[in-house]
Amino acid sequence: MADDPGTGRSAAGPVAGEGASPPSLGFSPGEEGGRPRTPEGRETGRRSSGDTPSPTPPAVETEVMTINIGPHHPATHGVLRLVVDLEGEVVREVRPLVGYVHTGIEKSCEQHSYWKVIPFVERMDYVSYFFQMEAFCGAVERLVGLEIPPRARYLRTIFLELCRIHSHLVWLGTTALDLGAVSMLWYCFRERDRVLDLFEMATGQRMHTRYFQVGGVIEDVPPGFEAKTREFVAEMPVRVKQYQALLDRNEVFLSRTKGTGIVSRERLLELGVTGPLLRAAGEPWDLRKAFDYLVYPELDFKVPVGTVGDNYDRYRVRVAEMVESTRIVEQALDALPDGPHIADNRKYVLPPRSELSTSMESLIHHFKLVTEGYRVDPGEVYYSIESPRGELGCFVLADGSSKPARVHFRDASFVNLQAFREMSVGGYVADMIASLGMLDPILGGVDR
Amino acid sequence: MRERQLRARDMLRGDLEGEELERYVEQRVVMTNFEKLLDWARANSMFPLTFGLACCAIEAPIALVGSPRYDLARFGAEVLRASPRQADFIILSGRVSIKMAPIIRRLYDQMLEPKWAISMGACSSSGGMFANYAVVQGADKFMPIDLHIPGCPPRPEAVMYGFNKLQRKIMGSPDQGWRQRYNASGTEEWARGGVRSAPSPEAAAAYEEARGLIRA
Amino acid sequence: MPDAPGLELIRGEIEQDHPGAVLDTSFDRDQPALVVDSAQILAVLAWLRDAPGQGYGFLSSLHVADYLPAQPRFGVHYELLNRDRVERVRVKAMLRDPVASAAGPVAGEGASPPSLGFSPEEEDGRPRTSAGRETGRRSSGDTPSPTPPAEGDATLPEIDSCAELFPTAEFQEREAYDFFGILFRGHPDLTRILLPDDYVGWPLRRDFPVGGEPVTFTYNERRYG
Repeated sequence: MADDPGTGRSAAGPVAGEGASPPSLGFSPGEEGGRPRTPEGRETGRRSSGDTPSPTPPAVETEVMTINIGPHHPATHGVLRLVVDLEGEVVREVRPLVGYVHTGIEKSCEQHSYWKVIPFVERMDYVSYFFQMEAFCGAVERLVGLEIPPRARYLRTIFLELCRIHSHLVWLGTTALDLGAVSMLWYCFRERDRVLDLFEMATGQRMHTRYFQVGGVIEDVPPGFEAKTREFVAEMPVRVKQYQALLDRNEVFLSRTKGTGIVSRERLLELGVTGPLLRAAGEPWDLRKAFDYLVYPELDFKVPVGTVGDNYDRYRVRVAEMVESTRIVEQALDALPDGPHIADNRKYVLPPRSELSTSMESLIHHFKLVTEGYRVDPGEVYYSIESPRGELGCFVLADGSSKPARVHFRDASFVNLQAFREMSVGGYVADMIASLGMLDPILGGVDR
Repeated sequence: MRERQLRARDMLRGDLEGEELERYVEQRVVMTNFEKLLDWARANSMFPLTFGLACCAIEAPIALVGSPRYDLARFGAEVLRASPRQADFIILSGRVSIKMAPIIRRLYDQMLEPKWAISMGACSSSGGMFANYAVVQGADKFMPIDLHIPGCPPRPEAVMYGFNKLQRKIMGSPDQGWRQRYNASGTEEWARGGVRSAPSPEAAAAYEEARGLIRA
Repeated sequence: MPDAPGLELIRGEIEQDHPGAVLDTSFDRDQPALVVDSAQILAVLAWLRDAPGQGYGFLSSLHVADYLPAQPRFGVHYELLNRDRVERVRVKAMLRDPVASAAGPVAGEGASPPSLGFSPEEEDGRPRTSAGRETGRRSSGDTPSPTPPAEGDATLPEIDSCAELFPTAEFQEREAYDFFGILFRGHPDLTRILLPDDYVGWPLRRDFPVGGEPVTFTYNERRYG
């Protein structure tokens, strides 16, 4: 594993020759006395109790070892397979191989009418399911030219931000688990269960709620919802402070995340990376502020931006986003207007069930919408929103029939995964695991 | 409570005799045969494999085994084992894509006997809503599954209920559910080979044996 | 978004530098789109990115849609974003399918479109891919790297790869190749990304069957059928 000082880098892999003292190894092998030195030149290494200098270590044959991490691995956040070329503990090359949970959702979407597509697309990125619903419903609403009522916009915003909190909690729990802070998993999932309780109260399901429909939301929120959400929202910043107290100045966490996984802002933009990764590198780009959609223009919230772009900044950005999301939910609850929760256009929206027994047209509309579905004039639309991982875009191509001809999701995790190579190459394996956690890939979104 | 303490004291002193001693022993000592003891031990100390595929993975193992509210550890699944060699059962949580199927099979093969497999959710039980080219329509197609849990995703309580059923199956009294109530045995699908297929002789024998266990 | 007149201005300016590149413009549902000749796609993308005053330097998404039965059949979409002015523009390049569709409406792509991905009737129970190759036996280190398709393979529609201009397109072009069989000339590593490496067929083409299998009710069939 250690490099022989004599033959040095000759047996090393292709990415050799880094100059005088390659800090990636931690010591420079070209030292004549054979004693390891840190990059600053200070001598390290064991000394014998006398003062005889240790002899030159025997020649060690080195080679680059290719190992396979995953797809079944406790730390891969899903079924991600990494083929890593290691020289000792230093990562020389990493190739992410994906596709192990490819579900053909986009193909299945072409076989179902528009409202039946909603449960399919929900299951792509399976921790931020409301975002996929919003992207798809938003795209179809633009295709069809449907305006959604204000109450529906506010409700959608509330659920989107609750889902963002949910996603960041899952991220924090699993990433801290990977880095060794096992109790964070328990704390984050305790809060996550409270978010899921809210979802269950409003929609009946914990995950994959099919709550957003084209035109609004499928049902209004029940009477205790606002009170319970306010309770949650009041408690959440306190909990976040507790998480920060555990991790922010934790020695182990800091040394694992500070200074690791740095990619420059320009490179990230070239690679198409968006979301907290880009914001941690110093670029204040957030689609909620850039493109006004739903009620974000009317709400007052900040977008946390980092400075260096290392893993620690990514952690801080996401944790700060959780707090901002609670503020958004609170403001949206305060401003929640009364009114219908779904648009009134019976050509696209199911009539309320109470009318079915009295009105013949409602019955016919219901029948047509449920069996065949509404037809959408030919056209194509690309609509993107800010999901917890970055830009989530939905492209819908309509061909005049009641089924979409093509549904494509530009998933944030898929594009962000391209940055993973740059984050890990040149660092240690352990830093690669930290970078993988901070990258926050959700393989359902990557593979679709 | 006090009475029990007094009797225990008497027992330790050697003062209990005859019928009292009989009753004391009966209340405290379980007589069984070794297999049943073994099955009971196995059922109550099953370590799951850390394995998550898709959405169901967020509900279990993470929300179920690794969450304070729904705690599977109280049923014996104390730790998640990352290595298949050390795990007792695998929960297939999520859709099984065609690229992942051989890997799951290899993981299952690496597990040591006795091992069980739970297919959690609709996607791994039958392909779920994804009836397309990319999803294996049911994990039964390539590995034996002991328990199917419906739901998309199933609630953690549903998975716990399923886990309890698996425990009862391990302890020798499998719960046949509605097939027993409605006397509907023989309606299982042997879909692996198509419409006109029949189960392989070993499978048929195992099935007959299981049926005999229930009827008896 | 640049509005309709703005779109025409852009078209005019591109015409000056690269005549004949822009075939059509459309402004549908408030989304501007330029239909571009696929041979000059790199020139147009570079112009949109670099020309002063344009600055569409962020490629949001690269995806393909199959417009069958309309011809030309494949539309490669480039969603470009100007982050300073917060404007999007879509560039479409239409490609024909070189394999003449005279072979029949639901041709089946030559090789059998696999519905399961492996055949369950295998005796020893080891799953096989649709191409018959055994899976599950490869050791972790020696996964054979799949060979990218030969360029000039006349059965696949071709277009230049923009991975040099926009590095974000690397994975997205691989996905387009994987799903539709579009060959991107000059791509550093054009191999399948989401489907198994030895998968045969281009699943998201509209004439590829969706797959899956019918649910059987063998008890009833055996007893009554």
